[in-house]
Amino acid sequence: MSPEKKPCKVNFNGKELPAYEGQLAIEVARDNGIDVPHYCYHPALGNPGNCRMCVVEVQGAPKPMVSCRLPVNEGMVIRSDSEVARRAQTSSLEFHLVNHPLDCPVCDQSGECGLQDYYMKNGRYESQVRKDKVHKRKRIQAGPHVMLDQERCVMCTRCTRFVDNVSKSHDLGVFQRGHKQFIDVTPGKTLDNPYSGNVVDVCPVGALTDRDFRFKVRVWYLDKTDSVCPGCARGCNISVHTNTKRPWHNGGKRVGRLKPRYNPDVNGYWMCDEGRYGYESVAGLDLDRLGRVMRLSPRQELSWDAALGELAGKLKARGAQTAVAASGMLSNEDWAALKKLSSAAGISRFFFAAEPDQVGEQDELLRRREKVPNLKGAEAAGFKSEGFDALSRDLEAGKLRVLYVVERDLTRVWGDRAKALLSKAELVIFQGPRKTGMADLAHYRLPATAYVEEDGHFTNFEGKVQRYFQALKPLGAARPDWRIFDDLRERLS
Amino acid sequence: MATRIATVQRPKRDLEVQIYLWEVWKGLGVTFRHLFVNMGRHVLRSLGLGRVPGAVTIQYPEDPAMLGRRARTRHRLLKRADGSPRCTACLLCETICPAKCIRITAEDSPDVMVEKRAKTFDIDIGMCVFCGYCVEACPVDAIHMDSNEVEICSYTRKDMIWNIQELLGDKKKTPSAHPAPTHAASAPPKP
Repeated sequence: MSPEKKPCKVNFNGKELPAYEGQLAIEVARDNGIDVPHYCYHPALGNPGNCRMCVVEVQGAPKPMVSCRLPVNEGMVIRSDSEVARRAQTSSLEFHLVNHPLDCPVCDQSGECGLQDYYMKNGRYESQVRKDKVHKRKRIQAGPHVMLDQERCVMCTRCTRFVDNVSKSHDLGVFQRGHKQFIDVTPGKTLDNPYSGNVVDVCPVGALTDRDFRFKVRVWYLDKTDSVCPGCARGCNISVHTNTKRPWHNGGKRVGRLKPRYNPDVNGYWMCDEGRYGYESVAGLDLDRLGRVMRLSPRQELSWDAALGELAGKLKARGAQTAVAASGMLSNEDWAALKKLSSAAGISRFFFAAEPDQVGEQDELLRRREKVPNLKGAEAAGFKSEGFDALSRDLEAGKLRVLYVVERDLTRVWGDRAKALLSKAELVIFQGPRKTGMADLAHYRLPATAYVEEDGHFTNFEGKVQRYFQALKPLGAARPDWRIFDDLRERLS
Repeated sequence: MATRIATVQRPKRDLEVQIYLWEVWKGLGVTFRHLFVNMGRHVLRSLGLGRVPGAVTIQYPEDPAMLGRRARTRHRLLKRADGSPRCTACLLCETICPAKCIRITAEDSPDVMVEKRAKTFDIDIGMCVFCGYCVEACPVDAIHMDSNEVEICSYTRKDMIWNIQELLGDKKKTPSAHPAPTHAASAPPKP
């Protein structure tokens, strides 16, 4: 839209709605809570107007018009619920379903499918087509994350517009014409761009489905919780889809999938594949979790009370020789609690910078170099990280005797040297949601919650503080990091 | 919260109730009415006159039970002409099941046009309420409740779960034997 927007009034379905001149009718409807059916229109991908689903009746126009290509102006009278508009929508839907295989029972999109939704509203319920359906290719592995089914496609071209305009990887295209038209992977390419999972989200039907999620859980079993992706410093808004009602699905894993959540200031409509599919290894939701409070030498399971009591005694004596090796996985609340704990115990050495273990690729769209969500939050809480080389030097020199490792895998920072270096310390405490390489090298193991099991805030690289919500109950005896820090501090004083 | 007290009167036990004989006669009256009505029906039918069938006593455990044609009995899974299970693992029966006794996990079918099939399909007959919703929900006519089996029993709860081979009829359900008593007294004394 142009910078100077001229406000106007539009009569939509008999209601006077505020709009701007030149605004698209479908957007006026959407902004005012009126649902106009559509497939090809997507706010971030443009409006080619090829699906013909959003047809509306305009007073004075000879024929129904597609609302996604209809700029409004003062006094326009539009109806999406009139007899003419409904009939036009029904016939458009009928055309979309002419060659659709109607395999909803085996389709993963079933339950969140645009065809199903609009069919319930505007379906004909009786086919007039007597010819056989055109068959196309099914179950094409378009890429590492996406499965393509050409029969189910309604040719809205949202996916090709995504790979052309957003990911700019051009790995999907439209081939042939008419009823033989189909979407396919560009010859010589695979759909393996770093944002390929988004084509599954934009696809309004079951043509592009998620290979990671394929046949795992039916979508109507999933609960959705608002969250923030911990995969990198961007802090994309996501929705965590959890399956707790039917634990035998998805191999017992409680998180079914992650989906991006619209936030125009951070991630728009998108998220990257690393965040979407790497969540198990990043945040350790159910994989090799720590669930028990353990002392490893002599090996014994402890209660939280006993373990924190023992640790408080040791920290009291060695506070000045204690270092905290943390990571940007901690929330703002955790950092604040750690601040209090460290001032109570006299800890002054902190190591949490992103070393090569937490650094990855960066690009202009979303991905950031630091693969942890909350380094900015640590800075805001007043922490300053030293390099891990300094930590290894001081451990070898014997300046640091106690190491408190929080959600950081030092075996990935130091590699083979980690074991020798950690054996220099007289006490190593490991706290985190996952076992990782650290679990057997520490003297104490404290189970912490993963980000889906706690409420909290992450501060992204731009300084935006974003809240994430608890989606699941903690596993075993796991507690949030801030609570462990607080309990420890109480026992120090 | 205010407490409300309701006084309930006990029913009066007068002489008629206390001697009980009148009630015995009433009960016997019902018995004999059934006897003579039923006998009349049998006599009429044997003469080729009556239309209403008389009641028949079935020696049930010895003789097989007579089930109606629409009786809902233990589930069975159906097969296609090529012998593969009809089930496409769409999970509609699992979704509709009010007793949550169906557990299905899905996998890719080798046939691209079928797309999906059941990897595991377990029904816990012990939890089933025999409502028949699963049969109605099935879009591919893969599950029926017409095995005419109603005598399903086992010594353990685990044995009440039927897996896909047993439901298809590929494998006979073999319940485990009577578990040995676990209390110490029954163990043979050690020499």
